[in-house]
Amino acid sequence: MTRRKWREWTLTLPSMGWLVFFFVLPTFLVALIAFKPRSLGGGIGEGWTMATWLDILQPSYPLVVWRTLWLSAATTALCLLLAIPVAYWLARLSQELRNWMLLLIILPFWTNFLIRIFAWWSLLHSEGCLKHTLVWLGLASPNTQLLYNEWAVLLVLVYTELPFAILPLFASAEKFDFGLLDAARDLGATRFQAFRKVFLPGVRQGMLTAFVVVFIPALGSYAVPEIVGGPTSEMVGNKIAQKVFVDRNLPHASALATLLALVVLLPVIYSIFMRRIKTTQRGGKRS
Amino acid sequence: MDGFIELCGIRKVFPGQSVPAVDHASLTLKKGEVFSLLGPSGCGKTTLLRILGGFEIPDEGRILIDGKDVTDLPPNQRSINTVFQNYALFPHLSLWDNVAFGLKMAKKPKKFIEDEVDRMLDMVDLLDQADKKPHQISGGQKQRVAIARALINKPQLLLLDEPLAALDLKLRQRMLLELDRIHDEVGITFLYVTHDQGEAMSLSDRIAVMNRGKIEQIGRPMEVYEAPSSSFVAAFIGDTNFFRAKVVSTVSEDYSMLAVDGLPEVLAYNDKKLQNGQQVYLSIRPEKFRISREAPADPTHINMMRGKILDIIYLGSNTKYRVQCDHHILMITQQHARFLLDMKPFTWDEEVWVSWNADDGYMLQRFEESDTNLLGIPPVEDTVP
Ligand SMILES: Nc1ncnc2c1ncn2[C@@H]1O[C@H](COP(=O)(O)OP(=O)(O)OP(=O)(O)O)[C@@H](O)[C@H]1O
Ligand SMILES: [Mg+2]
Repeated sequence: MTRRKWREWTLTLPSMGWLVFFFVLPTFLVALIAFKPRSLGGGIGEGWTMATWLDILQPSYPLVVWRTLWLSAATTALCLLLAIPVAYWLARLSQELRNWMLLLIILPFWTNFLIRIFAWWSLLHSEGCLKHTLVWLGLASPNTQLLYNEWAVLLVLVYTELPFAILPLFASAEKFDFGLLDAARDLGATRFQAFRKVFLPGVRQGMLTAFVVVFIPALGSYAVPEIVGGPTSEMVGNKIAQKVFVDRNLPHASALATLLALVVLLPVIYSIFMRRIKTTQRGGKRS
Repeated sequence: MDGFIELCGIRKVFPGQSVPAVDHASLTLKKGEVFSLLGPSGCGKTTLLRILGGFEIPDEGRILIDGKDVTDLPPNQRSINTVFQNYALFPHLSLWDNVAFGLKMAKKPKKFIEDEVDRMLDMVDLLDQADKKPHQISGGQKQRVAIARALINKPQLLLLDEPLAALDLKLRQRMLLELDRIHDEVGITFLYVTHDQGEAMSLSDRIAVMNRGKIEQIGRPMEVYEAPSSSFVAAFIGDTNFFRAKVVSTVSEDYSMLAVDGLPEVLAYNDKKLQNGQQVYLSIRPEKFRISREAPADPTHINMMRGKILDIIYLGSNTKYRVQCDHHILMITQQHARFLLDMKPFTWDEEVWVSWNADDGYMLQRFEESDTNLLGIPPVEDTVP
């Protein structure tokens, strides 16, 4: 090992150690538990078994996993779709106005997360004011159910995740040189083309960050589907909680958690792998 | 040749500002010429360029290209391209893709795009670097990419906003030659913005000098230098010595005697046929003076007086002197061909003859004291020590 390498290692060692101890190790433990039988008392039994994994393949699960995936994907897509124009607009505001707007965006964080979800619950409730307004406007029939379906979950997920998408995108947009849009227009691009061909690539890093910080927490959602989704719109998070607190089946819950972690990790591993390939093939052709 | 691009009475006041950034600017560009906009920082050059490019809408005035009104057209519908002050290359695209951008927007056939981009990159000598990203190349190279990118759509007019400002002196000189060559090659009208008079003089067919949003004078470089229309132009283009003076008598049809504060009466060429009694300002360029130990032999049309050398600044190709004549301190530049061979150099405190040809004193009627402040030249009265 060269001296330089060695220095690098010692510098990263504390954070590496922290990560390994509090993150990698627990994840491995959880994955291990998934291969253990349950004990009668609700704990972990002796020996190894694949029974839990076979259990997971029971017919009701693919539906929950699928729902978790599409709700998270839709949440991410909607958040990005809303956050990109907002970030663009924020970055072009005057410094003072922009500070006020940013304050408004983070203002909801001053209220407890659960309380905000309950607020949505009471808004969407069949006796809530949103429902009444819609009925009054003739947009909904009196027996429409706004609460306890996937759309309610999606709505509230987008609501909770949106600031997390706006902030990294804004950070990118703020660094973006808007003179480049003039240059694009000068070369014959329409407003929309300039936005798509120059602004979007310019905030690519912000989009990636927004994607990660929205998609991953959305996958693990628990409180939102629990409160506004009800039993028909459960996500994997609810199943895990149910297995831990109600069924007292730790191996089962662990298997589900491992599954979720894999969903997140596989694309990451894949992209790292692809980047490796790309860098080794560099010096290739222009597009 | 007829006017090709016409700006008529352009005026622009930015919201929340009391003074206009561009004030009733009118000018006409001819096909294929290099036209420079010259003026101090903040005089409205970029704003005028942005109006031409379509990025700002003027409050008043019209822009015509070949007689067609384009004032309200968005930038992408004008056949005008720009080389921006900071180049504005797209950082996520390779040089090749940067140059191809315009043609891709115009939806040209793939084969055509490939040929044209290669040709343009070849013209600016960057074909071998086509795959690099903008952050991997030098300032001069970026500038050439910006030019190639702007020229590829074959605009009717190319706007260049201080394209050389970020480059060092040597590179600037090389790029100037390069620009000249490119202009000869493509024959497109260039509108060149700069606050460097040397650049403007060497590159342009014509120059417009701007001051505080207004165009003060339009003319060929020599006209602007030799016959400035205002004190601002006289002081901004090159250096000059100003004297407050009054026309006192007529000597011949073309010459008058002037009474100058703190100097003997001087003879001056009166091309504007100013009447006796008229207040004027006399401007004499530093290089128009001669310094000598002997009085000039032939005194026809020559003004001469005694002076004392206060300061000598040796600049290599020439020498600057500060010479006290009566109450005035003159700035004088002398070329010194065969200087050491011909004579002993002047020294500090030496008494010398200062002379100049009557034709080289230029009379100005318009003089704004505030302009001299802006340019950092001392007000005329303060030259009394
Ligand atoms: N977007 C704007 N909003 C308000 N005022 C502006 C704006 N752009 C320019 N100005 C003002 O208009 C005037 C002219 O500016 P402009 O950028 O045209 O100057 P310039 O001649 O290009 O100067 P420089 O040589 O420094 O580039 C300046 O006083 C400037 O403060
Ligand atoms: Mg400018």
